[in-house]
Amino acid sequence: MRVGVITFPGTLDDVDAQRAVRYADGEAVPLWHGDHDLKGVDAVIVPGGFSYGDYLRCGAIARFAPVMQEVIEAANKGMPVLGICNGFQILAEAHLLPGALVRNHKLHFVCRDQWLKVENNSTAWTTRYDQGAEILVPLKSGEGGYQANEDTLKELEDENRIVFRYVGENPNGSRNNIAGITNARGNVVGLMPHPEHAIDALTGPTDDGLGMFLSLLDTVVKA
Amino acid sequence: MSNVDTVKNAEATPDQEQPYKELGLKDDEYARIKEILGRRPTDAELAMYSVMWSEHCSYKSSKVHLKYFGETTTDEMRSKMLAGIGENAGVVDIGDGWAVTFKVESHNHPSYVEPYQGAATGVGGIVRDILAMGARPLAVMDPLRFGKPDAEDTKRVVLGIVAGVGGYGNCLGLPNIGGEVVFDESYQGNPLVNALCVGAMKVEDLHLAHASGAGNKVILYGARTGLDGIGGVSVLASETFDDSAGKRKKLPSVQVGDPFTEKVLIECSLELFEKGIVVGIQDLGGAGLSCATSELASAGDGGMHVWLERVPLRATGMTPAEILSSESQERMCAVVEPHNVDAFMEVCRKWDVIATEIGEVTEGDRLVITYHDEVVVDVPPRTVAHEGPVYDRPIQRPADQDELQANTPDSLPRPANDELLELIKTQAASPNLASKRWVTQQYDRYVRGGTVLAQPSDGGMIRIGEETHRGVALSTDCNGRYTKLDPYEGAKLALAEAYRNVSTTGATPVAVTNCLNFGSPEDPAVMWQFEQAVKGLADGCAELGIPVTGGNVSFYNQTGSTAILPTPVVGVLGVIDDVRRRIPTGIGAEAGETLLLLGETKDEFGGSEWAHVVHGHLGGLPPKADLQREKLLGEVLVAGSRDGMVSAAHDLAEGGLAQALVETCLVGETGARVFLEGDLFTELFSESAGRVLVAVPRTEEQRFTDMCTARALPWRKVGVVDPESNALEIQGLGELPLDELREAWEGTLPALFD
Repeated sequence: MRVGVITFPGTLDDVDAQRAVRYADGEAVPLWHGDHDLKGVDAVIVPGGFSYGDYLRCGAIARFAPVMQEVIEAANKGMPVLGICNGFQILAEAHLLPGALVRNHKLHFVCRDQWLKVENNSTAWTTRYDQGAEILVPLKSGEGGYQANEDTLKELEDENRIVFRYVGENPNGSRNNIAGITNARGNVVGLMPHPEHAIDALTGPTDDGLGMFLSLLDTVVKA
Repeated sequence: MSNVDTVKNAEATPDQEQPYKELGLKDDEYARIKEILGRRPTDAELAMYSVMWSEHCSYKSSKVHLKYFGETTTDEMRSKMLAGIGENAGVVDIGDGWAVTFKVESHNHPSYVEPYQGAATGVGGIVRDILAMGARPLAVMDPLRFGKPDAEDTKRVVLGIVAGVGGYGNCLGLPNIGGEVVFDESYQGNPLVNALCVGAMKVEDLHLAHASGAGNKVILYGARTGLDGIGGVSVLASETFDDSAGKRKKLPSVQVGDPFTEKVLIECSLELFEKGIVVGIQDLGGAGLSCATSELASAGDGGMHVWLERVPLRATGMTPAEILSSESQERMCAVVEPHNVDAFMEVCRKWDVIATEIGEVTEGDRLVITYHDEVVVDVPPRTVAHEGPVYDRPIQRPADQDELQANTPDSLPRPANDELLELIKTQAASPNLASKRWVTQQYDRYVRGGTVLAQPSDGGMIRIGEETHRGVALSTDCNGRYTKLDPYEGAKLALAEAYRNVSTTGATPVAVTNCLNFGSPEDPAVMWQFEQAVKGLADGCAELGIPVTGGNVSFYNQTGSTAILPTPVVGVLGVIDDVRRRIPTGIGAEAGETLLLLGETKDEFGGSEWAHVVHGHLGGLPPKADLQREKLLGEVLVAGSRDGMVSAAHDLAEGGLAQALVETCLVGETGARVFLEGDLFTELFSESAGRVLVAVPRTEEQRFTDMCTARALPWRKVGVVDPESNALEIQGLGELPLDELREAWEGTLPALFD
């Protein structure tokens, strides 16, 4: 399994995403924002950070990077793509996923260990989880509040496209406690929390996040 | 060009008046500059000397005292030091081919004027210091001091500083693994923002700041140079704030940070280091190009020529003096051999980093700076960077020190036993002991995946590389109340606590850094505090056998004539060869644990939290520091970690055993039953140093206590962990439900600042 991990200027969690891929016995392939090809990878992770400083709207510049044009094309053909935190924001800006991420309702950056409920275990990235399972992974973001119009929210709910929901107190004001969503096909997933920081209980709160990368392994092997 | 003050012009107009006083230079300092140059300085030279001879850059009031660190450091203590005081940051060999560099620096005055940017650029500056040693920055920590928590202005300062530390550090991508948050009214008009960074490298990759080899090119890379932060060093950091009319308004002097540019600068620099194309490197911080060029040239073996018009600017109409003293952030200066310049530029292009060849190392021994072919600076660089004025300022023990020490807490009414449970809760909810989660949850502690321990642990711990289990632990500490009562003993106590915190994680302490925050050096009483604290810290280090590898001095921390509590923040670095053996702070990790108290409890309440919280009292003498005991305690803890005998440990500090119990239960989300003998108030609230609460698995209890006995470390069984109870029960007093304690401990800061 070869998994591309994109680095934009200002990307921070690329090393963590690469490590998570290796923990799942995959090969992590670094992809540079200016690249015009995906180097034959089986899947792509758009990691967290502050791409181009995010001084404009988060992810608004990154979606125009050359490598993102390749990602958009591949995703539309069914390649598994995961956007974590800033990666989720970029996928939303690129219209691979609906909605937008806005400033946390209490206005502070929030870094904490967050319980999530797995709402959909049939995406390319979540098959290793039991439906309804609760997992504990870090959440760390200043603009993590998920927003979408009522029609979109209804569509997401009706089509079972909400992948993760926050358990307990809503940490950032997300609509419907949404922590992560998928596209209609189930190959593109975006979430604000960081599964790549929860692959080893030594350095994370748990190893609950590893399931996402192992799920990908299953998906790729099956394909 | 006509209005540029050139050397030629300076020679022709020897009597022209210059604003040296406004730039912070004294009459005799100005006279000395004229003597060095044999003429009056140009505007640009005056700007350079004034910033480099400021208190902040030249250490002119502290130098004579800091020498004591060198005098008390033995060769044996120095044996692991690869670079020490005088470099950008100290470097320690930690074995296995790895070196670690760490340093803490102050950014106090800018953070009061503009809390967000002041704190943000404080983080940025210390990170570049670490980068300039050739290391990858790994983590940051921030010791902070604020005024009274409920005072009107405190909220503005707290919100701004915490958001600034987080905003910069989070975007930069460095985990924040600890620090301190302390409130005291002495910091009301002068908060302290100290920033620590730690980095790691392979020993052979160590880079020192020097410019050797005539013909080598000087390349400025990173952000453009603008008008921000001009005069920041000379005016902001070296004068007391004074609201009185007629003074120059100082607001525009705080720099503006751009963490994204710094992140790119880090990755770009590390790629340059990896390619081996950098001879010397220096960050641009306080005093900007003045500092970088004069320090590089001064530390090298030749002179330097700089073409100032080549410096990329972001403002129009900047004068040479402004370009030289701008403190625009996110800039570095490298010395590169001519044949490597193309390769250097190639890497910078990849990262979209602006890089410009602005100068050259020359044969001579002068630093010559031209601006459109006119010489505007022609100086011996050492006189700028290293041979500034030195003052042996008057020292006088404060007249009221005896009175302060005589006012002991012995006469304060002590609580009855039936009031102790409530006191435990009150104390846990007091701002200085309350959970700092409200602050630390605004900092990313996970990025890069190396964080093994972070707040609320006693120390932060980080794995230094992907391919190793080796790690370092860090703690910073200082109790300004203790230091006020006895600066010598107080500095030792700060060292003792940082040392103990590091040992408590299972790491072996190896090196010390410091950030000495004091009032005005022109006040003999402050200089006495400073001299005493330096002696206490240096003597303590000698006793522990670990060196001070670097530090920072911040004077003029006062509003009007009232100095802050003397605050020598001490940072201790420890090494652990396998981070998987770290000791956590919370109990309950193993089934069936016994609680042991290591060390001895005496009736010591001078400067204590109890005296502060309950009586608003500060007087008497602080607890006694016993560094031999701290050393023994450290050895026992490290042995306990190595042999898997300790499942949790928590240092006893402010608030004594009571607070340690509260925290170990809440962090571990597990209850405990505690049985104490003797006077329960003293047992629970005394702040005697040299004590640690440990939890040992019942299976290891005999082996561990045998070891303590054999090594003559006093120990006592004080309780058992009780996973079923969900309460902290103290025999003879009753029980405190954990959810009630949590509400008290965690509710305070959000209630104050949300």
